[in-house]
Amino acid sequence: MAEPVQASPAHEEHHHEQSFWRKFIFSTDHKVIGVQYSVTGLAFLFFGFCLMMIMRWQLAYPGEPIPLIGSLLGENRAPGGIMLPDFYNELGAMHGTIMVFLGVVPLAVGGFGNFVMPLQLGAPDMAFPRINMISYWCLFLGGVTMFASFFLPNGAAGNGWTSYSPLADIALNGQTAWLIGMIFLITSSLLGAVNFITTAVQLRAPGLTWMRLPFFCWAQIVTAFLLLLAFPPLEAAGVLQLMDRVAATSFFLPDGLVVGGEVLEVSGGGSPLLWQHLFWFLAHPEVYVLILPAMGIVAEVIANNSRKPLWGYRSMVYSLIFLGFMSFIVWAHHMFITGMGSVMSTFFQTTTMIISIPSVIILSALFISLWGGSIRYNTPMLFALGFLPMFGIGGLTGLPLGLSAADIPLHDTYYVIGHFHYVVAPGTLFALFAGVYYWFPKVTGRKMNEFLGKLHFWPSLVFMNGVFFPMMIQGLNGVSRRLADGGITYDFAGEVAGLNRMMSVSAWCLAVAQIPFIINFFMSIRNGEKAGRNPWNSTTLEWLAPSPAPHGNFDQAIEVTRGPYEYSVPGSDKDYAPQAEPAST
Amino acid sequence: MEIPYTVEAHPETGLNNGKIGIWLFLTSEVMLFGALFATFIMLRIGSDGEWAHMQAEAELNIPLATINTAVLIASSLTMVMAWASLVRGQLNKFRLFGWLTVGCGAIFLVIKYFEYTAKFAHDHFPSSNTYLAIYFTMTGLHALHVIGGMAWNAYFTGPGSKLFHTNRQWLTDRVEHSGLFWHFVDLVWIFLFPVFYLL
Repeated sequence: MAEPVQASPAHEEHHHEQSFWRKFIFSTDHKVIGVQYSVTGLAFLFFGFCLMMIMRWQLAYPGEPIPLIGSLLGENRAPGGIMLPDFYNELGAMHGTIMVFLGVVPLAVGGFGNFVMPLQLGAPDMAFPRINMISYWCLFLGGVTMFASFFLPNGAAGNGWTSYSPLADIALNGQTAWLIGMIFLITSSLLGAVNFITTAVQLRAPGLTWMRLPFFCWAQIVTAFLLLLAFPPLEAAGVLQLMDRVAATSFFLPDGLVVGGEVLEVSGGGSPLLWQHLFWFLAHPEVYVLILPAMGIVAEVIANNSRKPLWGYRSMVYSLIFLGFMSFIVWAHHMFITGMGSVMSTFFQTTTMIISIPSVIILSALFISLWGGSIRYNTPMLFALGFLPMFGIGGLTGLPLGLSAADIPLHDTYYVIGHFHYVVAPGTLFALFAGVYYWFPKVTGRKMNEFLGKLHFWPSLVFMNGVFFPMMIQGLNGVSRRLADGGITYDFAGEVAGLNRMMSVSAWCLAVAQIPFIINFFMSIRNGEKAGRNPWNSTTLEWLAPSPAPHGNFDQAIEVTRGPYEYSVPGSDKDYAPQAEPAST
Repeated sequence: MEIPYTVEAHPETGLNNGKIGIWLFLTSEVMLFGALFATFIMLRIGSDGEWAHMQAEAELNIPLATINTAVLIASSLTMVMAWASLVRGQLNKFRLFGWLTVGCGAIFLVIKYFEYTAKFAHDHFPSSNTYLAIYFTMTGLHALHVIGGMAWNAYFTGPGSKLFHTNRQWLTDRVEHSGLFWHFVDLVWIFLFPVFYLL
């Protein structure tokens, strides 16, 4: 493998023509856009985490003044530092919205998808570079709208990230800003999805057949289809709710709705259930948008660090496609307690049980891939290994929720919160951290520090479980979610209510555990160990490009000759066979 | 930097990037309007037989909508003629048919404007009942699509047609893709017209 070479003279010349703005701000280079997405995503993840840490104070010490920042929150949010229930609702709704739509999706899809996928395909860029740029700036505008909505006179949206009607129709808070922000975010996803699929279909390097595609690319393709087809119904729902709020229509408002003791003066005739159907038609596939790219990252890292081909690559790919298809017909398992009828429930319970099969296949294949490997315990691998049991817990605790008999008592408890967060926090987020550590050398040309990485991983693993496992216990004891002060359920909960303090302390410790990551991230950009083109001795195409890769990506012609994970091929003198290396005779 | 298959077709798929992109975009548009038609169905089923009453009260103008249907179908025809002229290398004919297409869109919007104002004059607003609410929302969103299609076509017919002299194939493909969008917008109206006016 050739040593890293500095950018060629032609490429230098090319870049000198571009101004700072064209090169770093309004760039059409998929790698710059990928970094923009990633940094935006990481910043919003941190912001969303901060919102949650304020909420956790209220949960652990209800009605006590918030220390340090309590006085900064303002009299209309926390008079005397004591949080008002309305502000708690705002934090809850915006924590969900920001983490899902502005944190994980931009990082997992916009960031990793944009940066890594064209490189893994051997493509010079995305199929539509300018649309790619517009996609990022739509996301940026959506983020600004969401962030600014906190400063509206009545605060940000506080109706849950699900924005259920009729509450969201009549609430006086920033729900309208939320809807406008969502329309920007949906536009961004739509443009990105069109770009991803076209790129994967058209711009694969010669010889890169579908079954030679890295699993990560498959995950991004299926994700893009979910974004393409599931988001428009939410856009439709958003338009209808916007009409309800702005033009006083009654799409989601039933007849004779009484608000504050008086009948609401609207025409009525609408259906609150309609919002839930339209919302979950997006939001269930959205869960797979959050998890599939994470599975893709974990598959890459595990194959590379177990020095073994992925076990069952083909069945993993077919499972992924089946998972994507099924995710469109399970949405109403979020709605068992709405009383939509037992026939509907039966159908959606059946599809929900079926969809668990491909997830289990993928997870099992990843576990079996470890068997007999010579595992390297570097930081990306630790996070990937952490993902496996954490996602396993998240997935298995979801099974009871897929059956209406078990879901009905559990639905409004912390059990649901625990289940969901196991999937996306120690699940997806660990995979995303694995991806950051794994591809950091490709972005910057330098590796991240291993010691700080381990200092990041181990406390994170402990405190993640410290935050989310007690939620399961509380939920099984019937503690209601969404309540600022626990309401009457704290009286019945007895001792498990005390777990709130443990969870809150874990959350704050989890924040401290991120400090090594932040230091590592910024320090390694300048001072990290220099990495060549292929620091992990990996097989996939992105490691053929220089680190950092120039505009246009590759400085050589690519001809793919083999599958994505040919590690430890018997009889070979090295333990990996890059995809584009000529087959030895 | 050149992106491969921007103009020439990919040897395996037989398509260029733009063609795949526009079809993917249209699938998402189908889901958007599909969700709204599903909403229409749910509201109608949930109306306890009030629907026909609300519809009769709304007194939508069937003759004007019939004219609008004809105008949009004509615009699809001129759109195809515009593209066919480019294929034959006839720039002036392309411009003529291109502007005719944009003009048909404008006529459609003007007629729609008169329909809307007539409703408002009779105190028929989106807030009046769910029938009018879904009528204004769906036809309004469709009108936004018409405006978008007009802007797209106007760009390629006007300033964008300079590309004819440097890369005729690329311009032809772009017009074909904007034509696909225009036909889709037309097709949505073909569904909206019977659903709201005739059924």
